[in-house]
Amino acid sequence: MIKKTKTMSLNFGPQHPAAHGVLRLILELDGEIVEKIDSHIGLLHRGTEKLIEHKTYTQAVPYFDRLDYVAPMNQEHAFALAIEKLLKIEVPARAQYIRVLFCEIGRILSHLLNITTQALDVGALTPSLWGFEERETLMTFYEKVSGSRLHANYFRPGGVHKDLPMGLSDEIILFCKNFPNVLDDLETLLTDNRIFKQRNVDIGIVTKQEAIEHSFSGVMLRGSGVAWDLRKSQPYECYNDLNFKIPVGKNGDCYDRYLCRMEEMRESIKIIIECIKKMPSGPVKSIDGKISPPKKADLKDSMEALIHHFKLFSEGFRVPEGQIYTSVEAPKGEFGVYLISDGSNKPYKCKIRAPGFSHLQAMDYLLKGHMLADVPAVLGSLDIVFGEVDR
Amino acid sequence: MFTTIDKLEKIVNSGLTTAIKKSEINFDQLYLYIEIEDLIKTIIFLKANEKCKFKQLIDITAVDYPKNEKRFKIVYLLLSHEKNLRIIVNANIDIKDQPPSLEKIFPSANWMEREVFDMYGITFKDHPDLRRILTDYGFKGHPLRKDFPLTGHTEVRYSEEKKKVIYENVKLDQNYRNFDFESPWEGTKYIKQEVEKKNSSKKND
Repeated sequence: MIKKTKTMSLNFGPQHPAAHGVLRLILELDGEIVEKIDSHIGLLHRGTEKLIEHKTYTQAVPYFDRLDYVAPMNQEHAFALAIEKLLKIEVPARAQYIRVLFCEIGRILSHLLNITTQALDVGALTPSLWGFEERETLMTFYEKVSGSRLHANYFRPGGVHKDLPMGLSDEIILFCKNFPNVLDDLETLLTDNRIFKQRNVDIGIVTKQEAIEHSFSGVMLRGSGVAWDLRKSQPYECYNDLNFKIPVGKNGDCYDRYLCRMEEMRESIKIIIECIKKMPSGPVKSIDGKISPPKKADLKDSMEALIHHFKLFSEGFRVPEGQIYTSVEAPKGEFGVYLISDGSNKPYKCKIRAPGFSHLQAMDYLLKGHMLADVPAVLGSLDIVFGEVDR
Repeated sequence: MFTTIDKLEKIVNSGLTTAIKKSEINFDQLYLYIEIEDLIKTIIFLKANEKCKFKQLIDITAVDYPKNEKRFKIVYLLLSHEKNLRIIVNANIDIKDQPPSLEKIFPSANWMEREVFDMYGITFKDHPDLRRILTDYGFKGHPLRKDFPLTGHTEVRYSEEKKKVIYENVKLDQNYRNFDFESPWEGTKYIKQEVEKKNSSKKND
């Protein structure tokens, strides 16, 4: 006797707390088993790439804050690096250390959000309360250096906007001393928690081979045992001079990815401390007056500075013709910028390669045969932020 | 064994010979220029060859050059973890051309091709599910083409009378002003045009 089964389609989102923003999934269910997932994205599409084509290079930087809005400076970094390579300019050593310092703060910001919301998705409320307190402290560092908690616009082609304010490095060091205790506390809530493990261990397994074929990057790749981190394998800025380890997972399930993120935060703390200790003194942006704006004080008595300031903020600088792809290890994976310049003051084409895009694409493959309740758990471990997926 | 970018260029050129129209190294990345007909052949070679092993497709994108005879350039970015190298494959295509889909070779190409289709209107041969991806349901036009206006064609608002969200043509209270700062001494284009109009009308008087 052949038993006839009928699948049911279920609409998930776009307004659902576990959808991490605006994701719409159309699930084909056989009972509680997921047969097929059709993800509808683009509900947060703002046409970033089109807008960038109409702005000068300096004006385009803030758009990168609005992609992955939980770790804004990492995105700006990729764009700044692309322009610097095309312009063939050197970034002063101090600026490099400041950038790395804030990129690692961004990594902690992003991982804290991900881990705590993932825990929230599988039923743990407390981690998000504890984690968000720390995020708030980190965002005050952003605010102190750039004037804004989230949309920093701090990394500029050629360096960073301003030097660190007095006393900020001591505050960051103080935070770094305390933060590992918070991580320990978080781990007591989650790492050995029976419910958390039941919801995450052996869920959403990705093999090495498949992780590569599905264009995974970052923790999604490392969780499956591929030792690949752009900070080590294709080092940019001063990552070469810093000591840190790359945690690699074994089983490629949601739990391993959680462990990787936990460990990465501890490594980030080490990098931050090392950066502050090693940070040389000197200029924080390129000394080329045709690219970085002059000091405000100089405007009062230097005609040349005034002209440079006016030209840079009206016409902007011109970037020589060429095409380039640069990528950075953003918290979520490989974030890349493919930039084409036609020699004018605006990018001819700027393609943003968001890691979350390929991760979300694999939802169907990851969840086939899983239970409906695993959907939010896997979605949580993918670390999706719709700002960058939809662009 | 390490493969340097120069060696890679030689390997690719000797392995694919006629398929490669041009190859160059810029900023430590290898740029290949091919004909679109040779795409599958090139990608399979790059993925399978022992000395290349470009097993990850990073992204697919297109660039619009409205003035060119072949309007679009399609770009494939590949990464080899084992050799720690990147390669960028470029091909010029006409508006009518249908590049083959890479979905069979890289499953992740699915959405990337959908995005290119959505943004540029390039259709891929043998793509299993070529729908729009980022734009709205029922969207018309291809936004990243250079002739698509920045403001778009339609806007949405909630209509109190109809009690639903409605679509309307874009109506701007102030025209979009595209400042041309590249020649600040001549002023922006619309001022220039007005000055020219005045001058010509004076002459006629």
